[in-house]
Formats: sequence, C-alpha cells, structure tokens
Amino acid sequence: MNCFELDTISHRYDRETVLQDVTLQLEPGEILGLFGHNGAGKTTTIKLILGLMTPSAGRLSVLGGEAGDPRVSQHIGYLPENVMFYPQLTGREILAHFARLKGASPAQVPELLSQVGLADAMDARTRTYSKGMRQRLGLAQALLGKPRLLMLDEPTVGLDPVATADLYRLLRQLRDEGTGIVLCSHVLPGVEPYIDRAAILTSGALKAVGDLPSLRRQADMPVTLDLTPAGDVEALETAVNSATRGHEVVVRQGDGRLTVEVAPQQKMSLLQGLMASGAIADLSIHQPSLEDIYVHFIGDGGLAHRGGAQ
Amino acid sequence: MNAVWTIARKELSDSLRNRWLVAISFVFATLALGIAWFGAAAAGQVGYASTPATIASLASLGIFLIPLIALLLAYDAVVGEEEGGTLLLLMTYPLSRSQLLLGKFLGHGLTLGLATVIGFGVAGVAIALLVEEVAIVSLATAMGRFIGSTILLGLGFIALAYLVSVRVSEKPVAAGLALTIWFFFVLIFDLMLLGGLVASEGTLNPELMPWLLMLNPTDIYRLLNIVAFSGSEPLSGVLSLGADLPVGPAGLWLALVMWCVLPLAAALLLFRNRRI
Repeated sequence: MNCFELDTISHRYDRETVLQDVTLQLEPGEILGLFGHNGAGKTTTIKLILGLMTPSAGRLSVLGGEAGDPRVSQHIGYLPENVMFYPQLTGREILAHFARLKGASPAQVPELLSQVGLADAMDARTRTYSKGMRQRLGLAQALLGKPRLLMLDEPTVGLDPVATADLYRLLRQLRDEGTGIVLCSHVLPGVEPYIDRAAILTSGALKAVGDLPSLRRQADMPVTLDLTPAGDVEALETAVNSATRGHEVVVRQGDGRLTVEVAPQQKMSLLQGLMASGAIADLSIHQPSLEDIYVHFIGDGGLAHRGGAQ
Repeated sequence: MNAVWTIARKELSDSLRNRWLVAISFVFATLALGIAWFGAAAAGQVGYASTPATIASLASLGIFLIPLIALLLAYDAVVGEEEGGTLLLLMTYPLSRSQLLLGKFLGHGLTLGLATVIGFGVAGVAIALLVEEVAIVSLATAMGRFIGSTILLGLGFIALAYLVSVRVSEKPVAAGLALTIWFFFVLIFDLMLLGGLVASEGTLNPELMPWLLMLNPTDIYRLLNIVAFSGSEPLSGVLSLGADLPVGPAGLWLALVMWCVLPLAAALLLFRNRRI
C-alpha cells in the first residue's frame, strides 16, 4: 500500500489554478524531495494530502484511505513551515497535549523530547524557545505515534549543522523502518544525499520526477571534466578534440588546466581516448548536482519564479 | 469524544494557569456579597434587604458583566489559534473542526460555569450562614435559578463570540466585533425596543411586542430572575412587556437554551466552511 497516490490531481483556488494534473506517489520506506519555487504548489500538494483541502479534480488516496479521515491522519506526522506553539505552555505540556489528540502514548513524550535534543528545555515555556528549539519541538510533534507518512516542510530551518546532520540520520533510520517521508526544502545541496527521489514542481505542474540518475538522464545536462595535462595544455586540447571525434564539446582553458563539458553518452569514449593519448595526468568528473538539475527544470523563468507568492 | 475532552481540558487548564477562573470567581463572590450586604443602602440601612431584592440587583449586574466576561473569554477561540499558527497543525490531527469547536465550548463553558458556581455559590452559602431569619429554601431556589440562568447566558455569549471568531482572520477585529455584540445586546437593544414602541404610537400589534424580548438573551435572563418575584414589585421599563408574555418560566428557559444552541450551530456551520 502506497503512502499516498495523487492521480491527475488539479486544484483551483479562487478560480486560479494552483495544481494542474499532478500524478505522484510515495512508497513506504522512501524519501521524496518535493522542490519548487515559492508558489509552485508544494504547500497545496501537502495540504491536499493532509486533507486540509479537497482537490478540484483527480483521485487522491492516502495510506489506503481518504485524506483527512481520522483513521488516516492518526498515522501522519506533519511539520509545517515556521511551526508555532502555545507560548504559555512548556515543551512537555505541548507534546503531551498533541499526543493525547493523536491517541499516542504519553510515555513517549520525554523520550521524543530527548531524541530531538530538548531534554534540558522540556520544562521551560516555549515562549523562551529559540527558532531552532521550536523547530525541534515541531519535529518531536511530527514523530508522535510512529507515523507511517511523515511530511516535513523546511525541517532544517534554524537548525545548526550538527542538529541538521542528526535530523537526516533520524530520517534515514525511519525510512529504513518503513516510513514514507516527504521533504520540502530550498537547501538543495543539503538534502541531495538523503533523498531517494525528487519531484520538481513549477507553476502547479510536475516538471520532473525520479531518482537523481534518471533526472540527470531526463535533463541531459553535460558532464564537466576537469583535466590536468601531463605536459603541454595544447597537446591535451588536441587529444581531447581527436578523442571526441567531431562531437560537440565545450573546452575552456585556465590555470594550465582544461575544463571540458561533454554530453553524458560521449563521456566514456572521450575518457578512453584521453587515457590512450597519455596527455593527461589527472582528472575529476562533476555530475550535475540536484541544484543544477533543479535550475535546468525550473528553466527560463529564473528570478521571476523565485519571487512568487506562497 | 476523547478529542473534544482533550481540547476542553487544555482550555480549562489554560484558564486555571492564567488565573481567569480564580479572578472571575473572586469578582462574582465579592459582587454578590457586596450587593447582599449593601443592597439596602439606598433605603438608608446596611444589611441584608431581602432575597428578591438581592437577586434582582445581582441579575441587573449580571447582564452587564456575564456577556462581557463570556465574550472576552471566547472571542479568540479560533482566530487566536490561527494567528498563533496552531490551527493548521491541529487540523492535521485526527480531530474534526466540529470537535475542536465543541471542545473549546466545553472548556470555556466549564470555566465560566465553575466560576459562577464557586463565586455565587460562596456568596449564597455566606448569606445563608450569616443572615439570621433568611428563608433558606427560597434563597436556595432563587440562587439556583440565578446561577443556572447565569451559566446559560454565559454559554450563549460564548457561542456568539465563536460566531465572530470563526468568521474573521485577525484578533483585533474579533475583539472589536465581540464588543459590538455586547454593546448591541446590553445597551442598544432595549433602547431600540422602547424607541420603536413609542414611535409606533400603538400601531404595532401589541401581542407581537413582548415576543421581541425573546430576541435578546439578556432580556430573557432578566425576566427569568425578576419575573419570578413579580408578585412583590412592579416591573419597569421594557421588562413590563414581559409581564404580557404568554410563556411561563419553562418557555423562558427554553428560549435561553436556544440562545446557546443556535449561535453554536451557526458557528459550527461557518467553521466547517472556513478555508484554512
């Protein structure tokens, strides 16, 4: 049973289309990165899965049931962006309150609080909490009752690098235990090593979805090779040109080194030619990163896309 | 039901924590004792006047105070959660919107109910113990009726406050509207009724006029507590209309209950259609 299945979901808000024919699913034990500019429809997608809104069109099922059904939402953990709590209550009181609402055992409250590093602050009022501490409390709240589907909206905001690493370690552990996790973030290099699949949304439409290698294939972006010549740079450049045998490559020179951008399918033949020529002393290969892929798919809109309303 | 109680429990413990419960109880007890002891001051003497006079004075005061306290207690029930950022989170829990609002209603109702029972109850017991030759049975009946109707009046205004709270998206706006509600029912309504009565110069159906009192919960409350003793004193002002009302106390009680049920039902309906 999938954690959720969106089948050609569309949603309109005041007659404005916010989501258009989105088809997406999440399997148990998988971390899905959900990316997009502000206003791309990430929050709407999450709200639909949480059952806070019903889609205008399309079919949606969550944990084998209906979104918003109490029997379903009992198994969902959610960390909203900029999570806020009752300032007059302590961390422990707040978590106990939410545990009761979720039907989770109150015994796990102190345990969860120390798991997110709030053991010392659990009896302080949340009025005194820093942004990072509120975020941790929000995370503990999302983990109540061992959710089968976990949705985290910008979970690392306000967390220091150590806490961020802890968080990702925890998410991996949960994934290995079979939780399906959705991760929304703008810190792409941070999440890149941890996600199994990425979904990229722009203006309400799903631009691309898949694991990193398949996204790279879809994007068909050049691989960058950094070459250090054995002797002469010119000799290396001649070797590159003969090895590519007329295929399109971009060659740049600088610092006595050569930077070559080559299409992924030509990469191996170029490398074999270079090895045979003996003109090369060292090389490093740069695959397009998640950020490169994201920028590629977000495309021409550029800055215009980044400024959109949430 | 469990979720409703969890929400109610939080509201109740909030009002214990911020001393609302204690403060309201204290105010009620002080006022009741003050009125009981100095109620006869206008007649040139200090001491317990009579049970009907005391209840009448308490009810006149309650009309101002109870709606105000209820509205202040409840006006931010939903809009406050939204501004605090917790409404969205709550709605992702296995908790329906109706359950949230009913839980709040139970919590706020218990707060006001407890404060009323403690505050006026203490005063009632003090009167019974300290005043000699007071008829305990009639005092207890009158106090019971007073406390019961006070709680109902409070619940009605809590429900009216929710009606505002589920509709607006900013707390100051909700506060302003809540005060407007208070102003309308407590101060404006009777004036309008009297004005209408005089201006119509008798052209209005005289049988219709008393029913108009039913449109104001504070008038029903006043009727309930004062008409019960109407044998002893003539009614004044708009309340004289109430003497012509063909419904007995049971009808008045029912009307007061309706003033809790209808606004609450409307608030539930509005909340269900609210966009989060």
